[in-house]
Amino acid sequence: MPTKIEKDSVSGQNTTGHEWDGLKELNTPLPKWWLWTFYATIAFSLVWVVIYPALPIPGATGTSGWIAREAVVRDVQQAEARMAPMMSRLRAATPQQIAADPELRAFAMAGGRGAFANNCASCHGAGGQGALGGFPSLADDEWIWGGSLEAIHHTITHGIRANESDEQRQSMMPRFLVDGILTRPQVNDVAEHVLSLTNRATDQAAATRGAALFAENCAACHGEKGEGNRDLGAPRLNDQIWLYGADKASIVLSISNARAGVMPSWGKRLDPAIINMLTVYVHNLGGGE
Amino acid sequence: MAATATAGHYAPASSPVYVEGPIRAFAIATAFWGVVGFLVGVVIALQLAFPLLNLDLEWTSFGRLRPVHTSAVIFAFGGNALFLTSLFIVQRTCRARLFGGDDMGWFLFWGYQFFIVMAALGYVLGITQSKEYAEPEWYVDLWLTLVWVVYLIAFGGTIMRREEPHIYVANWFFLAFIITVALLHIGNNISIPISLGSSHSYSATPGVQGAMIQWWYGHNAVGFFLTAGFLGMMYYLIPKQADRPVYSYRLSIVHFWTLIFLYIWAGPHHLHYTALPDWAQTLGMVFSVMLWMPSWGGMINGLMTLSGAWDKLRTNPALRFSVAALGFYGMSTFEGPVMSIKAVNGLSHYTDWTIGHVHSGAMGWVGFITFGALYYLFPVLWKKKSIWSERLISWHFWIATLGIVFYISAMWVSGIMQGLMWRAFDELGFLQYSFVETVEALHPYYVIRALGGVLYLAGGLIMAFNLWKTVTEGEAAEPAPRLVPAHAVAAE
Repeated sequence: MPTKIEKDSVSGQNTTGHEWDGLKELNTPLPKWWLWTFYATIAFSLVWVVIYPALPIPGATGTSGWIAREAVVRDVQQAEARMAPMMSRLRAATPQQIAADPELRAFAMAGGRGAFANNCASCHGAGGQGALGGFPSLADDEWIWGGSLEAIHHTITHGIRANESDEQRQSMMPRFLVDGILTRPQVNDVAEHVLSLTNRATDQAAATRGAALFAENCAACHGEKGEGNRDLGAPRLNDQIWLYGADKASIVLSISNARAGVMPSWGKRLDPAIINMLTVYVHNLGGGE
Repeated sequence: MAATATAGHYAPASSPVYVEGPIRAFAIATAFWGVVGFLVGVVIALQLAFPLLNLDLEWTSFGRLRPVHTSAVIFAFGGNALFLTSLFIVQRTCRARLFGGDDMGWFLFWGYQFFIVMAALGYVLGITQSKEYAEPEWYVDLWLTLVWVVYLIAFGGTIMRREEPHIYVANWFFLAFIITVALLHIGNNISIPISLGSSHSYSATPGVQGAMIQWWYGHNAVGFFLTAGFLGMMYYLIPKQADRPVYSYRLSIVHFWTLIFLYIWAGPHHLHYTALPDWAQTLGMVFSVMLWMPSWGGMINGLMTLSGAWDKLRTNPALRFSVAALGFYGMSTFEGPVMSIKAVNGLSHYTDWTIGHVHSGAMGWVGFITFGALYYLFPVLWKKKSIWSERLISWHFWIATLGIVFYISAMWVSGIMQGLMWRAFDELGFLQYSFVETVEALHPYYVIRALGGVLYLAGGLIMAFNLWKTVTEGEAAEPAPRLVPAHAVAAE
């Protein structure tokens, strides 16, 4: 096709003389502001590669000497240095001493809040309210292993049945049905008796039969009236707080299979100062003794 | 001679019979996969706001549906749109029938749809090589390689047999897109199957090298698939519909070469503050900054082409889509270089800001330019006088625009909030927020984002209905009269 340059009456520019499917192009020069902004970004880039590392040579830095890894290490060291005096005091103190000292206590509560949210809240809930399925509330006054600062500290440090510490909280309820200690009707009777401890028995005769079985098999740990035993981690059965559900089916399942919930040993994972913070924080959630 | 240099109203006396059957099929597939992609997007947006909607089934969990969404919108919707427009435009601007004819066209169509279905089936069944936007496993990759080589042959062959002396700017962009995507696809997918019978594979590149290759691929999927290809589309649609010559040939040359030269190096900005060596991060950042003006060159060339024809925006709602697309393109190609600056990236990286950024580009630029193309091409391909309802195009435009505004403003707020919450310290030196608190704070924005997605999907459904009606009930166009070129008339 012959080249045919035309003048566009709208812009006053010439076309290039090419045409494709009716489409033409003007030969307008590059917009000045566009070109100069482009040059400016190139100038910026040139300056930047002089200041910052830009060569694939080991150890090469820009004129600023900045290295990402060193910058991170410096930031972390600064943050640690800032907190170091308080952290070492927290490490050295017992939870009781921390709770008694207003300055240490305020620090422990601030740090404990974050540590709890990142490590504990996924099971125990954001406010320590617990969750059905074996995650006890830490915000009430019922404690399985004890609610004193000392007891909480021990539980957090060594964990529960996780086999990560020799001093872990350890107790094993037998699987009464699975292990053949009780028959299915007997399990039913014991469950009815447990329900009767909170006046919820549906079958009085069964509950009465269950009382004897309870005294024989359960009372040693859970107490004659189901009042529980913290030394053995045996939960109270005569109140409205249930780890695995209050209904009869859940209780039957607990007796038949046992539950044996697990918590990791945090002493293996967290700084002793953070364990102390968590102890004070958890103690303060609402149920501390 | 003071003739106005007009486009259109021009049918060369010797135009060949163009291949149209497979191109019509690509047009239908574009609309179909668009709706599918938007729908899955809405589902996963709702899953983020309401995790219950994962339905506790592995096949419908977020992790498996997310690549279904991204692949459906990028490769199924966007890919079919690129096949549609590139094969339509290359024939007309070269005045040459598609190389390989109908057979080649149909192979491309069915071959590409087979790739899409195989990829999506794999995702849902948990078969993935875990590379973002390159999730399909080795056997799907091999198939796509074959289809892509045929695409290059068909497109390149058509250019080789062109009747026009010069190659139109749209075809430069399409060719750059096809060649570079081939390189990226092969480079990032080199892997060794665990065994011949296994659908799983090991990647050839380990560790940080693998990450670098992945983001060389990932960023240039944006640069060449979602930018260069769609700029090719823009360079045909806007002058055609505005009936004006392209603003500046010189700008198109300079921004084409700078864009394709600079884009390919920008990938490392996806790996700021990682194990990637500092020097690579620095270069990724400066190449991204230098990309700002080359990207804007396309926007300027498109918008300035409208000078003298801005009134057409009032009467042509399809053109409105194309022009709004350029606005979103300009916005996200400014935002991108800003986010690549390390100090900004320290705040934005890993937050929803990135999601908002990619969606202003994807929904605003890629989506809108494609909608404009479909509204223009459906009447042309089915020989109809016009689209069935221009009113419905306007409805689609405003509903989709509102959807984008909801989407990106929600993600800006949630992303910046997220970034600030992560780095907030209290006066004692402890982190102010736990991670779960930052997640909790996002919930309202996730609901707003999902609402934006619902609006965008609604717009897509309106479009599908309108296009369907155009095909089935649209008034037939008069047979095109063989007009002589406009400048010839003026000269008489």
